[in-house]
Amino acid sequence: MNKKTTWTLAALAALVVAGCATGPSVSELNDLARQVAKASFRDEGIVKADKVLNADETNRLCSEADVAGKPLDEAMAKRIEETNLKAIQWPADGQFLGDWKQGEAIAQSGRGLTFTDTANTVNGGNCYNCHQIDQKEISFGTIGPSLYHYGKIRGVTDPASEAAKPIVEYTWGKIWNSKAYNACSNMPRAGHSGILNATQIRHLVALLLDPNSPVNK
Amino acid sequence: MLVWRVKSKGLTLLLFEQNKEVTMQRSRLLFWMAAAALSCASALAQKTASQGIDEYRAMLQDGNPAELFEAKGEGLWTQKRGPKNATLEKCDLGKGPGVVKGVFVELPRFFADTGRVQDLESRLLTCMETLQGFNAAEIAKTGFGKGEQNNVTALATWIASESKDMRFNLSQSHPQEKTFYEVGKRLFFQRGGPHDFACASCHGEDGKRIRLQDLPNLTKNPGDGVGFAAWPAYRVSNGQMWGMQQRLNDCYRQQRFPYPGFGSDATIALGVYLGVNSKGSASIAPAIKR
Repeated sequence: MNKKTTWTLAALAALVVAGCATGPSVSELNDLARQVAKASFRDEGIVKADKVLNADETNRLCSEADVAGKPLDEAMAKRIEETNLKAIQWPADGQFLGDWKQGEAIAQSGRGLTFTDTANTVNGGNCYNCHQIDQKEISFGTIGPSLYHYGKIRGVTDPASEAAKPIVEYTWGKIWNSKAYNACSNMPRAGHSGILNATQIRHLVALLLDPNSPVNK
Repeated sequence: MLVWRVKSKGLTLLLFEQNKEVTMQRSRLLFWMAAAALSCASALAQKTASQGIDEYRAMLQDGNPAELFEAKGEGLWTQKRGPKNATLEKCDLGKGPGVVKGVFVELPRFFADTGRVQDLESRLLTCMETLQGFNAAEIAKTGFGKGEQNNVTALATWIASESKDMRFNLSQSHPQEKTFYEVGKRLFFQRGGPHDFACASCHGEDGKRIRLQDLPNLTKNPGDGVGFAAWPAYRVSNGQMWGMQQRLNDCYRQQRFPYPGFGSDATIALGVYLGVNSKGSASIAPAIKR
């Protein structure tokens, strides 16, 4: 038995004794869960345990709300969204749109950042895992909403136009940092967390908004 | 990714990297059954992809290679092995030394001799160490599908099969069992890593899919033979027999989490959370999975 395990067990035993009458408190259980995770996970390949387990405030507050089974209070959610909105990096050259064909390939790929991947793996967007996108791809997930006709139903005919700007910017922002618009969204923060780079995100914006993209056909 | 890749012009499947332990005959049979299912699916263009997959899954039920692992596990139980040249017949899996029937649907549970909550696989390591003289920590460090890990999987498969159709009924009477449930719940909802994924990201709602794969909602009882009630399972896609430890390990891999230690408290706490939520569900383990 290693030191880490022994320490966790000691903490557990102490809790069990202390909590005989009423059981451990919520904050004691939160601490214990953190200790158990710390003792149970180890670095593997490119994944560093400390980095994953030390959640940022967004993840910590959303996880706690999930455990409690009730949504964050409105003010807290607003604060999280503002923090994430401020962290969005907008394209330095003002160029939001790339090539929808490359965007489709990025949307298809679920590769990268697991402990069996290498640092050289080109990360995918994992988009089809949760969203319908091009209608031709019938292997799509349903955790997120359908994105078929994403641009069309938002009335985007020319994504380079001034009229389309708010939708174009929202689309970039949502992919870069989903939590800017929905504090506890299930969607990854692709740009913010370094899953995709700006070039890849341009391609995804084009996949969703280019009138020639099969998404809008 | 672990997904069914279904194209409109037929199915491309990442199937049949067969494990050498499974006879070629069995793998050929499965291959042709799958091929038949796929050609049916593309021939009848009107049939939906999920209908085709349901049919393929139904065909899989005809023969489950898990039986081979069950037989191996049953043999290992009574075989004298290890530095102490002893069998596992005195192993206490929760219902007294040597009792196998019915133990699976009550695990994980608290064990007084180790002072720990243990799942089936970590408990087997305890027995292999105390009775047979193996080094449990060393086996825990061994990768899945290697050396003694294969024997642990076979034993778990057989022991699970001895509780087939019985209903899950985990104890929550010991304070540590209750604490483990609460810790497991927190781990289930713990968001993290580059993708902010928690177990709950995929398994927190009813009726969701990842690609075409149905996702059970594990925050409540997902029903007979679903989720916790289906593992250990034989996985056709890679020809491997997986215990619950490996199932959780691969979930965490896909979640972009770090590596959970074999039999670590995090994996056992999650097992308690899933197992208690499954109370009353019938076990179909060992199941067969795509």
